[in-house]
Amino acid sequence: MLAGATLLASVYAVPAQDVPLISGGAGFVTSTKGGNTTYIPVISPLLAAPVGSHILVESRATILDSFFPKGGGQPGYTHDLFMGLDYLQADITANRHMTLVAGQFLTPFGTYNERLTPIWISNFVDAPLIFGLGTMGTAHSVGGMLRGSAASTQSFNLDYAAYFSAASTNEQFNAERSAGGRASLYVPAAKLEVGASFNRLLQGTRENFSGIHLWWEPADSSFRLRSEFARAAHARGYWIEAGYRLDRFGGDHSVWSRFEPLFRMQQTFRSEQDANDTLPSADTKQADFGLDFHLPHEFRINTSYSREFSSSGNRNIWQTGLTYRFLIPTWRGK
Amino acid sequence: MNPRICFVIAGAFAVLLPLMAQKGPDPKASPARTAHVQPAHDDEGAQGQRVFKQNCARCHDAPQGFPPQISGTVLRHMRVRANLSASDEKALLHFMNP
Repeated sequence: MLAGATLLASVYAVPAQDVPLISGGAGFVTSTKGGNTTYIPVISPLLAAPVGSHILVESRATILDSFFPKGGGQPGYTHDLFMGLDYLQADITANRHMTLVAGQFLTPFGTYNERLTPIWISNFVDAPLIFGLGTMGTAHSVGGMLRGSAASTQSFNLDYAAYFSAASTNEQFNAERSAGGRASLYVPAAKLEVGASFNRLLQGTRENFSGIHLWWEPADSSFRLRSEFARAAHARGYWIEAGYRLDRFGGDHSVWSRFEPLFRMQQTFRSEQDANDTLPSADTKQADFGLDFHLPHEFRINTSYSREFSSSGNRNIWQTGLTYRFLIPTWRGK
Repeated sequence: MNPRICFVIAGAFAVLLPLMAQKGPDPKASPARTAHVQPAHDDEGAQGQRVFKQNCARCHDAPQGFPPQISGTVLRHMRVRANLSASDEKALLHFMNP
Protein backbone atom coordinates (compact mmCIF):
# COMPACT_ATOMS: atom_id res chain seq x y z
CA MET A 1 0.00 0.00 0.00
CA LEU A 2 2.79 2.37 0.93
CA ALA A 3 4.59 1.61 -2.28
CA GLY A 4 1.42 2.20 -4.27
CA ALA A 5 0.76 5.49 -2.55
CA THR A 6 4.32 6.52 -3.16
CA LEU A 7 4.02 5.67 -6.81
CA LEU A 8 0.93 7.83 -7.13
CA ALA A 9 2.57 10.67 -5.27
CA SER A 10 5.64 10.54 -7.41
CA VAL A 11 3.63 10.90 -10.61
CA TYR A 12 3.46 14.61 -9.98
CA ALA A 13 6.99 15.91 -10.34
CA VAL A 14 9.56 13.36 -11.35
CA PRO A 15 12.60 14.52 -13.27
CA ALA A 16 13.03 12.95 -16.69
CA GLN A 17 15.44 10.29 -15.44
CA ASP A 18 13.66 9.44 -12.21
CA VAL A 19 10.75 7.32 -13.39
CA PRO A 20 9.90 4.55 -10.86
CA LEU A 21 11.21 1.18 -11.89
CA ILE A 22 10.54 -2.49 -11.36
CA SER A 23 13.56 -4.73 -11.27
CA GLY A 24 14.57 -8.06 -9.79
CA GLY A 25 14.95 -11.65 -10.78
CA ALA A 26 12.91 -14.74 -11.54
CA GLY A 27 14.19 -18.25 -11.67
CA PHE A 28 13.85 -21.96 -11.23
CA VAL A 29 16.14 -23.78 -8.81
CA THR A 30 16.76 -27.43 -8.07
CA SER A 31 18.62 -28.62 -5.01
CA THR A 32 19.53 -32.24 -4.29
CA LYS A 33 20.78 -32.85 -0.77
CA GLY A 34 21.47 -36.33 0.48
CA GLY A 35 19.47 -37.78 -2.41
CA ASN A 36 16.33 -35.68 -1.92
CA THR A 37 15.57 -33.14 -4.63
CA THR A 38 13.67 -29.92 -4.05
CA TYR A 39 12.29 -27.87 -6.96
CA ILE A 40 11.82 -24.14 -6.34
CA PRO A 41 10.27 -21.63 -8.74
CA VAL A 42 11.02 -18.16 -7.38
CA ILE A 43 10.44 -14.51 -8.25
CA SER A 44 11.94 -11.57 -6.39
CA PRO A 45 10.65 -8.21 -7.65
CA LEU A 46 12.06 -4.88 -6.55
CA LEU A 47 10.24 -1.56 -6.76
CA ALA A 48 12.14 1.73 -6.56
CA ALA A 49 10.15 4.97 -6.62
CA PRO A 50 11.71 8.41 -6.15
CA VAL A 51 9.63 10.96 -4.27
CA GLY A 52 10.92 14.42 -5.03
CA SER A 53 14.66 14.93 -5.21
CA HIS A 54 15.69 13.65 -1.76
CA ILE A 55 13.61 10.55 -1.06
CA LEU A 56 13.63 7.12 -2.65
CA VAL A 57 11.15 4.46 -1.54
CA GLU A 58 12.24 0.95 -2.40
CA SER A 59 11.02 -2.52 -1.61
CA ARG A 60 11.93 -6.07 -2.50
CA ALA A 61 9.83 -9.18 -2.00
CA THR A 62 10.47 -12.87 -2.44
CA ILE A 63 7.82 -15.32 -3.57
CA LEU A 64 8.77 -18.97 -3.89
CA ASP A 65 7.17 -22.38 -3.82
CA SER A 66 9.25 -25.35 -2.66
CA PHE A 67 8.27 -28.78 -3.98
CA PHE A 68 9.97 -31.50 -1.93
CA PRO A 69 9.51 -35.25 -1.19
CA LYS A 70 6.89 -36.00 1.48
CA GLY A 71 9.30 -38.14 3.47
CA GLY A 72 8.45 -40.76 6.08
CA GLY A 73 8.28 -43.41 3.40
CA GLN A 74 5.37 -41.73 1.65
CA PRO A 75 5.54 -41.41 -2.14
CA GLY A 76 5.12 -38.17 -4.01
CA TYR A 77 5.83 -34.52 -3.32
CA THR A 78 4.35 -31.79 -1.19
CA HIS A 79 4.97 -28.06 -1.39
CA ASP A 80 5.45 -25.01 0.79
CA LEU A 81 4.58 -21.54 -0.50
CA PHE A 82 6.52 -18.59 0.91
CA MET A 83 5.82 -14.91 0.35
CA GLY A 84 7.75 -12.26 2.25
CA LEU A 85 9.07 -8.74 2.13
CA ASP A 86 12.86 -8.55 2.15
CA TYR A 87 12.75 -4.84 2.78
CA LEU A 88 10.52 -1.79 2.49
CA GLN A 89 12.47 1.37 3.18
CA ALA A 90 12.59 5.08 2.57
CA ASP A 91 16.03 6.46 1.70
CA ILE A 92 16.27 10.12 2.65
CA THR A 93 19.31 12.00 1.41
CA ALA A 94 20.54 14.07 4.37
CA ASN A 95 23.72 15.46 2.85
CA ARG A 96 26.53 14.41 0.54
CA HIS A 97 27.94 12.02 3.15
CA MET A 98 24.80 10.64 4.74
CA THR A 99 21.54 8.92 3.86
CA LEU A 100 18.88 8.19 6.47
CA VAL A 101 17.13 4.89 5.88
CA ALA A 102 13.84 4.30 7.67
CA GLY A 103 11.52 1.30 7.64
CA GLN A 104 12.44 -2.33 7.16
CA PHE A 105 15.94 -2.74 5.72
CA LEU A 106 18.53 -5.45 5.20
CA THR A 107 20.68 -5.72 8.33
CA PRO A 108 24.15 -4.36 7.55
CA PHE A 109 26.57 -7.09 8.59
CA GLY A 110 29.34 -8.36 6.34
CA THR A 111 28.71 -8.16 2.62
CA TYR A 112 26.50 -11.06 1.64
CA ASN A 113 23.17 -9.84 2.98
CA GLU A 114 23.14 -6.43 1.29
CA ARG A 115 25.08 -7.18 -1.89
CA LEU A 116 24.69 -10.80 -2.90
CA THR A 117 21.24 -12.01 -1.84
CA PRO A 118 19.41 -11.07 -5.08
CA ILE A 119 18.92 -14.32 -6.97
CA TRP A 120 20.32 -12.82 -10.18
CA ILE A 121 23.56 -11.80 -8.40
CA SER A 122 24.46 -14.70 -6.10
CA ASN A 123 26.81 -17.22 -7.68
CA PHE A 124 25.64 -20.18 -5.64
CA VAL A 125 22.04 -21.20 -4.96
CA ASP A 126 22.61 -21.46 -1.21
CA ALA A 127 23.77 -18.62 1.01
CA PRO A 128 26.97 -19.21 3.01
CA LEU A 129 26.60 -21.36 6.11
CA ILE A 130 27.42 -18.42 8.41
CA PHE A 131 24.73 -16.21 6.89
CA GLY A 132 22.73 -16.44 10.14
CA LEU A 133 25.52 -14.92 12.24
CA GLY A 134 25.04 -11.18 12.72
CA THR A 135 21.95 -10.87 10.54
CA MET A 136 19.66 -11.43 13.53
CA GLY A 137 17.67 -14.37 12.23
CA THR A 138 15.43 -12.61 9.75
CA ALA A 139 18.25 -10.79 7.89
CA HIS A 140 16.26 -7.58 8.10
CA SER A 141 15.74 -4.93 10.75
CA VAL A 142 12.92 -2.50 11.49
CA GLY A 143 14.00 0.96 12.54
CA GLY A 144 16.52 3.45 11.24
CA MET A 145 19.95 3.43 9.67
CA LEU A 146 22.53 6.06 8.78
CA ARG A 147 24.86 5.22 5.94
CA GLY A 148 27.02 6.77 3.28
CA SER A 149 30.51 7.56 2.14
CA ALA A 150 32.50 9.13 4.98
CA ALA A 151 35.43 10.08 2.78
CA SER A 152 36.20 9.47 -0.86
CA THR A 153 39.29 10.35 -2.88
CA GLN A 154 41.06 8.88 -5.91
CA SER A 155 43.10 6.75 -3.46
CA PHE A 156 40.45 5.34 -1.17
CA ASN A 157 36.79 5.25 -0.22
CA LEU A 158 35.63 4.85 3.37
CA ASP A 159 31.97 4.00 3.84
CA TYR A 160 29.83 3.21 6.84
CA ALA A 161 26.41 2.00 7.99
CA ALA A 162 25.03 2.26 11.54
CA TYR A 163 21.56 1.10 12.55
CA PHE A 164 19.11 0.51 15.35
CA SER A 165 16.27 -1.98 15.11
CA ALA A 166 13.23 -2.33 17.33
CA ALA A 167 11.72 -5.70 18.18
CA SER A 168 8.77 -6.58 15.97
CA THR A 169 6.66 -9.70 15.82
CA ASN A 170 4.57 -8.65 12.82
CA GLU A 171 4.60 -11.45 10.26
CA GLN A 172 5.98 -9.31 7.42
CA PHE A 173 8.06 -6.95 9.55
CA ASN A 174 9.55 -9.44 11.95
CA ALA A 175 12.76 -8.20 13.57
CA GLU A 176 14.83 -8.43 16.73
CA ARG A 177 15.88 -5.51 18.89
CA SER A 178 19.49 -4.90 17.92
CA ALA A 179 22.03 -2.26 16.98
CA GLY A 180 25.32 -2.17 15.15
CA GLY A 181 27.05 -1.25 11.96
CA ARG A 182 29.77 -1.80 9.42
CA ALA A 183 32.70 0.16 8.04
CA SER A 184 34.60 -0.62 4.85
CA LEU A 185 37.72 0.74 3.24
CA TYR A 186 38.18 0.34 -0.51
CA VAL A 187 41.51 1.00 -2.22
CA PRO A 188 40.93 1.35 -5.98
CA ALA A 189 44.58 0.98 -6.99
CA ALA A 190 44.75 -2.46 -5.39
CA LYS A 191 41.07 -3.23 -6.03
CA LEU A 192 41.00 -4.30 -2.42
CA GLU A 193 38.22 -3.85 0.11
CA VAL A 194 38.48 -4.65 3.81
CA GLY A 195 35.78 -4.05 6.35
CA ALA A 196 34.52 -4.86 9.81
CA SER A 197 31.05 -5.34 11.26
CA PHE A 198 29.70 -5.37 14.78
CA ASN A 199 26.09 -6.01 15.78
CA ARG A 200 24.64 -6.51 19.25
CA LEU A 201 21.42 -8.34 19.97
CA LEU A 202 19.57 -6.27 22.58
CA GLN A 203 17.07 -8.86 23.69
CA GLY A 204 17.18 -12.43 25.00
CA THR A 205 20.79 -13.60 25.19
CA ARG A 206 22.12 -10.08 24.36
CA GLU A 207 24.86 -11.56 22.24
CA ASN A 208 27.58 -9.71 20.33
CA PHE A 209 28.36 -10.54 16.70
CA SER A 210 31.53 -9.38 14.98
CA GLY A 211 32.91 -9.98 11.55
CA ILE A 212 35.46 -8.96 8.96
CA HIS A 213 35.34 -9.14 5.19
CA LEU A 214 37.86 -8.92 2.39
CA TRP A 215 37.20 -8.58 -1.32
CA TRP A 216 39.98 -8.47 -3.89
CA GLU A 217 40.21 -8.31 -7.67
CA PRO A 218 43.75 -8.29 -9.07
CA ALA A 219 44.34 -5.48 -11.55
CA ASP A 220 43.70 -6.31 -15.22
CA SER A 221 42.23 -9.68 -14.49
CA SER A 222 38.89 -11.43 -14.25
CA PHE A 223 39.79 -13.17 -11.04
CA ARG A 224 37.66 -12.26 -8.04
CA LEU A 225 38.00 -13.17 -4.39
CA ARG A 226 35.36 -12.58 -1.73
CA SER A 227 35.51 -13.67 1.88
CA GLU A 228 33.88 -13.17 5.24
CA PHE A 229 34.57 -14.27 8.79
CA ALA A 230 31.95 -13.93 11.54
CA ARG A 231 31.86 -14.89 15.16
CA ALA A 232 29.50 -14.90 18.11
CA ALA A 233 29.69 -16.38 21.59
CA HIS A 234 28.03 -19.60 20.47
CA ALA A 235 29.50 -20.11 16.99
CA ARG A 236 31.90 -18.82 14.38
CA GLY A 237 32.81 -19.50 10.78
CA TYR A 238 34.06 -18.23 7.45
CA TRP A 239 33.57 -18.48 3.71
CA ILE A 240 35.97 -17.74 0.87
CA GLU A 241 34.74 -17.56 -2.71
CA ALA A 242 36.93 -17.37 -5.80
CA GLY A 243 35.71 -16.94 -9.35
CA TYR A 244 37.17 -16.36 -12.77
CA ARG A 245 35.43 -15.32 -16.00
CA LEU A 246 37.01 -17.17 -18.93
CA ASP A 247 37.30 -14.12 -21.16
CA ARG A 248 41.03 -14.78 -21.71
CA PHE A 249 39.95 -17.55 -24.05
CA GLY A 250 38.63 -15.75 -27.13
CA GLY A 251 37.80 -12.29 -25.81
CA ASP A 252 34.81 -10.93 -23.99
CA HIS A 253 32.36 -11.73 -26.80
CA SER A 254 33.25 -15.39 -27.11
CA VAL A 255 31.24 -18.28 -25.75
CA TRP A 256 34.06 -19.02 -23.30
CA SER A 257 33.76 -15.57 -21.77
CA ARG A 258 30.29 -16.48 -20.57
CA PHE A 259 31.60 -19.29 -18.35
CA GLU A 260 32.62 -18.60 -14.78
CA PRO A 261 34.12 -21.42 -12.72
CA LEU A 262 33.77 -20.85 -9.01
CA PHE A 263 35.01 -22.29 -5.79
CA ARG A 264 33.78 -21.58 -2.29
CA MET A 265 35.24 -23.00 0.90
CA GLN A 266 33.33 -22.62 4.14
CA GLN A 267 33.61 -23.85 7.66
CA THR A 268 31.56 -23.43 10.84
CA PHE A 269 32.42 -24.11 14.47
CA ARG A 270 29.77 -24.34 17.13
CA SER A 271 30.38 -24.13 20.87
CA GLU A 272 26.72 -24.36 21.89
CA GLN A 273 23.37 -24.92 20.23
CA ASP A 274 21.17 -22.00 19.20
CA ALA A 275 17.79 -22.64 17.67
CA ASN A 276 17.64 -19.15 16.16
CA ASP A 277 20.68 -19.26 13.89
CA THR A 278 20.79 -21.20 10.66
CA LEU A 279 24.22 -22.77 11.15
CA PRO A 280 24.63 -26.55 11.05
CA SER A 281 24.13 -28.18 14.42
CA ALA A 282 27.66 -29.68 14.35
CA ASP A 283 31.04 -28.38 13.17
CA THR A 284 30.97 -28.46 9.38
CA LYS A 285 33.33 -28.07 6.43
CA GLN A 286 31.91 -27.57 2.98
CA ALA A 287 33.61 -27.26 -0.40
CA ASP A 288 31.45 -25.82 -3.22
CA PHE A 289 32.50 -26.22 -6.86
CA GLY A 290 30.42 -24.09 -9.20
CA LEU A 291 30.13 -23.29 -12.88
CA ASP A 292 27.98 -20.35 -13.97
CA PHE A 293 27.03 -19.61 -17.55
CA HIS A 294 26.06 -16.01 -18.31
CA LEU A 295 23.60 -16.22 -21.18
CA PRO A 296 22.53 -13.29 -23.38
CA HIS A 297 19.38 -11.34 -22.60
CA GLU A 298 19.95 -11.29 -18.82
CA PHE A 299 19.63 -15.05 -18.34
CA ARG A 300 22.09 -17.05 -16.27
CA ILE A 301 22.59 -20.71 -15.40
CA ASN A 302 24.18 -21.60 -12.05
CA THR A 303 25.39 -25.11 -11.34
CA SER A 304 27.30 -26.42 -8.36
CA TYR A 305 28.45 -29.55 -6.61
CA SER A 306 29.21 -29.41 -2.90
CA ARG A 307 30.63 -31.90 -0.49
CA GLU A 308 29.73 -31.34 3.14
CA PHE A 309 31.83 -32.90 5.91
CA SER A 310 30.26 -32.98 9.35
CA SER A 311 30.40 -35.11 12.47
CA SER A 312 26.67 -35.66 11.96
CA GLY A 313 27.37 -37.16 8.52
CA ASN A 314 28.86 -36.33 5.14
CA ARG A 315 26.69 -35.63 2.11
CA ASN A 316 26.70 -34.46 -1.49
CA ILE A 317 24.77 -31.39 -2.61
CA TRP A 318 23.92 -30.80 -6.27
CA GLN A 319 22.26 -27.53 -7.23
CA THR A 320 21.19 -25.85 -10.45
CA GLY A 321 19.43 -22.61 -11.16
CA LEU A 322 18.15 -20.70 -14.17
CA THR A 323 17.64 -17.02 -13.41
CA TYR A 324 16.41 -14.06 -15.40
CA ARG A 325 16.98 -10.46 -14.44
CA PHE A 326 14.45 -7.78 -15.40
CA LEU A 327 14.68 -4.00 -15.23
CA ILE A 328 11.76 -1.97 -16.58
CA PRO A 329 10.24 1.48 -16.04
CA THR A 330 6.74 1.67 -14.60
CA TRP A 331 5.76 4.07 -17.37
CA ARG A 332 7.35 5.77 -20.35
CA GLY A 333 7.97 9.11 -18.65
CA LYS A 334 8.41 12.42 -20.41
CA MET B 1 34.93 -38.02 -1.63
CA ASN B 2 37.85 -38.03 0.78
CA PRO B 3 38.19 -34.68 2.57
CA ARG B 4 41.92 -34.58 1.82
CA ILE B 5 41.30 -34.95 -1.92
CA CYS B 6 38.70 -32.21 -1.75
CA PHE B 7 41.09 -29.80 -0.11
CA VAL B 8 43.90 -30.64 -2.55
CA ILE B 9 41.56 -29.79 -5.43
CA ALA B 10 40.51 -26.63 -3.63
CA GLY B 11 44.11 -25.60 -3.05
CA ALA B 12 45.04 -26.23 -6.68
CA PHE B 13 42.08 -24.15 -7.78
CA ALA B 14 43.07 -21.29 -5.50
CA VAL B 15 46.68 -21.34 -6.76
CA LEU B 16 45.91 -21.70 -10.46
CA LEU B 17 43.18 -19.12 -10.72
CA PRO B 18 45.34 -16.05 -10.06
CA LEU B 19 47.88 -17.34 -12.59
CA MET B 20 45.15 -17.69 -15.19
CA ALA B 21 43.86 -14.28 -14.30
CA GLN B 22 46.64 -12.13 -15.77
CA LYS B 23 45.92 -9.34 -18.23
CA GLY B 24 42.41 -10.16 -19.28
CA PRO B 25 39.62 -7.67 -19.89
CA ASP B 26 36.91 -7.64 -17.26
CA PRO B 27 33.61 -8.49 -18.95
CA LYS B 28 31.66 -7.66 -15.81
CA ALA B 29 32.87 -4.10 -16.02
CA SER B 30 32.63 -3.75 -19.76
CA PRO B 31 30.24 -0.90 -20.48
CA ALA B 32 30.10 -1.90 -24.13
CA ARG B 33 27.81 -4.73 -23.10
CA THR B 34 25.00 -2.30 -22.32
CA ALA B 35 22.99 -0.15 -24.64
CA HIS B 36 22.98 2.85 -22.35
CA VAL B 37 26.28 2.52 -20.52
CA GLN B 38 28.72 3.46 -23.23
CA PRO B 39 32.54 3.73 -23.14
CA ALA B 40 33.61 7.10 -21.85
CA HIS B 41 35.08 9.71 -24.21
CA ASP B 42 35.75 12.57 -21.80
CA ASP B 43 37.27 13.05 -18.36
CA GLU B 44 33.97 13.08 -16.50
CA GLY B 45 32.82 10.04 -18.43
CA ALA B 46 36.07 8.24 -17.65
CA GLN B 47 35.57 8.97 -13.98
CA GLY B 48 32.02 7.63 -14.22
CA GLN B 49 33.34 4.51 -15.92
CA ARG B 50 35.77 4.04 -13.03
CA VAL B 51 32.98 4.50 -10.51
CA PHE B 52 30.87 1.98 -12.37
CA LYS B 53 33.64 -0.63 -12.31
CA GLN B 54 34.48 -0.04 -8.66
CA ASN B 55 30.97 0.05 -7.25
CA CYS B 56 28.50 -1.71 -9.54
CA ALA B 57 30.48 -4.28 -11.51
CA ARG B 58 32.19 -5.73 -8.46
CA CYS B 59 28.91 -7.42 -7.52
CA HIS B 60 27.01 -7.99 -10.73
CA ASP B 61 27.05 -7.89 -14.52
CA ALA B 62 26.13 -4.61 -16.14
CA PRO B 63 22.56 -4.61 -17.42
CA GLN B 64 22.43 -5.19 -21.16
CA GLY B 65 20.36 -2.07 -21.52
CA PHE B 66 17.70 0.01 -19.84
CA PRO B 67 15.57 2.99 -20.85
CA PRO B 68 17.17 6.37 -20.06
CA GLN B 69 14.14 7.55 -18.09
CA ILE B 70 15.07 5.22 -15.21
CA SER B 71 18.80 5.98 -15.11
CA GLY B 72 18.32 8.46 -12.27
CA THR B 73 16.30 5.94 -10.26
CA VAL B 74 18.91 3.23 -10.82
CA LEU B 75 21.54 5.67 -9.63
CA ARG B 76 19.61 6.65 -6.50
CA HIS B 77 19.22 2.96 -5.64
CA MET B 78 22.95 2.39 -6.12
CA ARG B 79 23.81 5.51 -4.13
CA VAL B 80 22.33 3.82 -1.07
CA ARG B 81 23.30 0.22 -1.79
CA ALA B 82 26.94 1.00 -2.70
CA ASN B 83 27.34 4.05 -0.42
CA LEU B 84 28.36 6.27 -3.33
CA SER B 85 29.85 9.66 -2.58
CA ALA B 86 28.19 12.73 -4.06
CA SER B 87 30.93 13.19 -6.67
CA ASP B 88 30.80 9.51 -7.65
CA GLU B 89 27.03 9.75 -8.03
CA LYS B 90 27.38 12.73 -10.34
CA ALA B 91 30.08 11.06 -12.42
CA LEU B 92 28.07 7.87 -12.74
CA LEU B 93 24.99 9.74 -13.91
CA HIS B 94 27.07 11.47 -16.58
CA PHE B 95 28.51 8.10 -17.58
CA MET B 96 25.04 6.58 -17.99
CA ASN B 97 23.70 9.68 -19.76
CA PRO B 98 26.64 11.24 -21.65
